Amino acid sequence: MYVFVVSFLMYLLLVWSGGGVGIFELFVALILSAVIALLFHKWHPEKKFSVSGLNPRKWFDFLHYLFGPFAVGLAKANIDVAKRVITGNIRPGIVRVNPGLKTDLGKTILADSITLTPGTLTVDIDDEGWFYIHWLFVRDENPAEEELYGDFACWARRLAE
Amino acid sequence: MTFLLVGALLLVSLFFNGLGAFSLYRFPDVYTRLHGATKCTTFGTLFAAFAVSLFSVIRFFETGEGRFIVLLIHTLIAAAVLLITNATSAHAIARAAHRSGLLPARAVVDRLEEKEEMKGGAAHD
Repeated sequence: MYVFVVSFLMYLLLVWSGGGVGIFELFVALILSAVIALLFHKWHPEKKFSVSGLNPRKWFDFLHYLFGPFAVGLAKANIDVAKRVITGNIRPGIVRVNPGLKTDLGKTILADSITLTPGTLTVDIDDEGWFYIHWLFVRDENPAEEELYGDFACWARRLAE
Repeated sequence: MTFLLVGALLLVSLFFNGLGAFSLYRFPDVYTRLHGATKCTTFGTLFAAFAVSLFSVIRFFETGEGRFIVLLIHTLIAAAVLLITNATSAHAIARAAHRSGLLPARAVVDRLEEKEEMKGGAAHD
């Protein structure tokens, strides 16, 4: 249900051109999003048709995360990496941490946040939930979570679990 | 005033995108170059998207034409898609590189390699 609604709205946003939306476009949007929702259901049969993803509080939380802590982390890390590009002062390595996330969505949010933040890059995640992270400047070979990505893990837990 | 603001944002964008290209020369191997190339580009391109959004909002209030709101929506969707695909592709490239046996240059520590050695190095064959 969630996939259906999101793809329906996304299609309408993309075809909307200032005026109203014609009946034909609505019809095409309905068919396309129904096909996408059914395909998604076929590929992930264990996922039920649920509406919990449409909860506006979750979306608000997500936007808050995106424009709050994440944007600040992104800006800080970008400036740090910009300095390292100019000076060439790097100490690369692959470290591992275990943030203890359980759901796939939580792991995806955290891994994407880590990868988007310059200086850290998620290389692999194993079955026990260990994150293998390529770090541009290794300060500690067995780092604490906060040192690598601040409070992103708390946010991922809050958003997805 | 509009053009000063938008121009300043575009200059920041240009600076970070330029650094991203420059980092390809500065860094020694695929992993470190990924940091420079994908991330400086994200930040740079986000600023470019920000400049376009600001421009369209200001022009909308000046002229009241609906097409500037359409421009704003399309830019925001492009920025969101960029954020998702950039992270995913950077991760896919890094993982593929490590699986095909390319080890990080000048690395002080490589936990993933240690783990694969413990398993008998099967992942590298």
